[in-house]
Amino acid sequence: MPYEWDFSAVFQHFDMLLVGLRNTIEIALVSIVCGIGLGLVLAFMRLSSRRLLKFPATAFIEFYRNTPPIIHFFWFFYALPVLMNISLDPFSAAVLALSTQSGAFYAEVFRGGIVSIESGQWEGCKALGMRHSQAMRRIILPQAVARMMPPFVERSFELTKTTALASTLAYADLLYQAMQVNSETYRPLEVYTTIAVMYLLLLLTASALARVAEHRLTAYGRA
Amino acid sequence: MTVPILEVRDLHKSFGNLHVLRGIDLVVEQGERIAIIGGSGSGKSTLLRCLNFMEMPTQGSIILDGKRIGRVRPGKDGAERVVYPEAELCDVRERLGMVFQQFNLFPHMTVLENAMEALVTVKGMKRAEARAHAEAELAKVGLSDKFDVYPSKLSGGQQQRVAIARALAMEPEILLFDEPTSSLDPELVVEVLRVIRALAEEGRTMLLVTHELGFAYHFATKIIFLADGVFHEVGTPDEVLKTPKRERTQAFLARFTEFGF
Amino acid sequence: MDYSFDFSLILANYPVLLRGLVVTLELWVPCFVVGLLVGFGLALARLSRHAWLRLPSLGYIELFRDTPVLIQLIWFFYAFPIIAGVQLSPFLAACLGLTLNTSAYCAEIFRGGIQSITRGQWEGARALGMRHSVILRRIILPQVIRRMLPALTNRGIELGKVTSLASVLTVHELMYQGRLLSSTYYRPLEMLSTVALVYFVLIYPGSYLSMRLETRLARRG
Repeated sequence: MPYEWDFSAVFQHFDMLLVGLRNTIEIALVSIVCGIGLGLVLAFMRLSSRRLLKFPATAFIEFYRNTPPIIHFFWFFYALPVLMNISLDPFSAAVLALSTQSGAFYAEVFRGGIVSIESGQWEGCKALGMRHSQAMRRIILPQAVARMMPPFVERSFELTKTTALASTLAYADLLYQAMQVNSETYRPLEVYTTIAVMYLLLLLTASALARVAEHRLTAYGRA
Repeated sequence: MTVPILEVRDLHKSFGNLHVLRGIDLVVEQGERIAIIGGSGSGKSTLLRCLNFMEMPTQGSIILDGKRIGRVRPGKDGAERVVYPEAELCDVRERLGMVFQQFNLFPHMTVLENAMEALVTVKGMKRAEARAHAEAELAKVGLSDKFDVYPSKLSGGQQQRVAIARALAMEPEILLFDEPTSSLDPELVVEVLRVIRALAEEGRTMLLVTHELGFAYHFATKIIFLADGVFHEVGTPDEVLKTPKRERTQAFLARFTEFGF
Repeated sequence: MDYSFDFSLILANYPVLLRGLVVTLELWVPCFVVGLLVGFGLALARLSRHAWLRLPSLGYIELFRDTPVLIQLIWFFYAFPIIAGVQLSPFLAACLGLTLNTSAYCAEIFRGGIQSITRGQWEGARALGMRHSVILRRIILPQVIRRMLPALTNRGIELGKVTSLASVLTVHELMYQGRLLSSTYYRPLEMLSTVALVYFVLIYPGSYLSMRLETRLARRG
């Protein structure tokens, strides 16, 4: 007997899912912004010639790249409070986990962008008498930003997907709300299919917007 | 007797174990035009790049307008050590202009912005003044109609002319050309050489590293043939290019006439 | 900070973690291998001239790449049994989800690799009189494999990290065991930190090899 799909129950509780969607977007945006800040600091630490700065930054980045995100969530929620003798709410723990993670990945994106600018540009600046900071500010960084856009967008995309892990901390993101709706309607197929579609639409929209922004930024490079 | 504008004494440059420049002594008077020729790996570009400290000399001194660049500090075992503060090097590079083989224009800025950038950032000029200045130099190289164009839309010859205008805008005491036409399609070479010839007619002090021997013959007041990191033969264009005295110079020049017609 | 660390519990309970590690490997290796094979087939479908092959595979790839992995795992465990009529064990649901997810990413890597070979290579070989199958075998495939190796190893590393999500489905892999221990003994700091360290030791060698591979291949490029 073929299964009878029934989305009516899901749509009755759609407001709950919308709350979840809003929270997902909120946590993603906050973490992206914090991640950018952290990423910039880490990138410049890694680009520095001083070992005292370079080594901790590299260790931090390598640690985050080689451990699963879910452990960061649990660590910040369960372990950090024990260490610092404080208590963290799910939102803060999730933001800390996501920001540190994305910071590590963004750092590599930023560093990669700067390093990819060919040495000829540095030479052009030096030959004109520019100082290192002037060259960085006026010539290198503007070009690097354009190059960084694709991997930056890709990383932000991954971050938005990772927000779903916040549900394991009982944070009311889209997945958690779906679990709540499911426990009230007992229709897991419709509920989870619906949020899968919602995530899909969210990410595709964000992707399209990012492509437009990218296009505008690199206008000078196209022949 | 005027002080030579540039003097190089016992210049050595090594890259790790590779000893590229092995004791260069050079005196450049105001208004001289020196063409440096030689095979690849002879050290021609390295020599030029040491003059404006794009490369740091391993040993030796560079004296600009009678003043030695860098500060001498006593080193280990009594040998002297030279430190080059960034501020001093920036000042030298402001006074020396360089044109690169790969142009090294800033792709995210228009032609005019490229020419203006250092005037504002390095010399601290006001933008309006910098713009007027840059426009004049770009007009001199024949690019008045390309002010708001991005480098990617220009031909190689046009890009190199922008690079020359950008260097000229800084009013350098000496112009350094590092194989300025080597990356260009053959038919674009002549427009750049014409600009360099016009600069020569203005009496500017210039050093040119090039493979264009014909141009070097007409342009230079002195030709230097560099081999194995030292000056192998030096003289007037007639002396070095038409009647070279040393065997190695003759062998080098013969390669250029092998497929002549 | 007057917290007293106690790592003795870890030494006492390391068999628990070890069992978890074994399950992690039982997820990681099979899902990667099958994911590669399925992904290759998908890539060919994606590149096919026939729309009935190309469009569904495109849809599949986008679906698995543009939704969170956790959703996919949960869907296969809670939602899929309803239409399939059979209840999957947590382990099987996780396997299914991870394999299909991996296959979508591998498909894109294979597709990129195959498309990256320039026409000039085909033309040069054809001008010498080589047949299609010979060209594929001797000229194209060797280059394609070299180009894809870094991306494929990265995918393998990513999968290693993602297996930890199976813990949400109560699969008794490493993450699950870590959480179990940390709540049993009320020592989350030591337990979770240790688990993090174990993952790092497990995954970092792969990362390092991948990086070395990439630089070696770039040099021979």
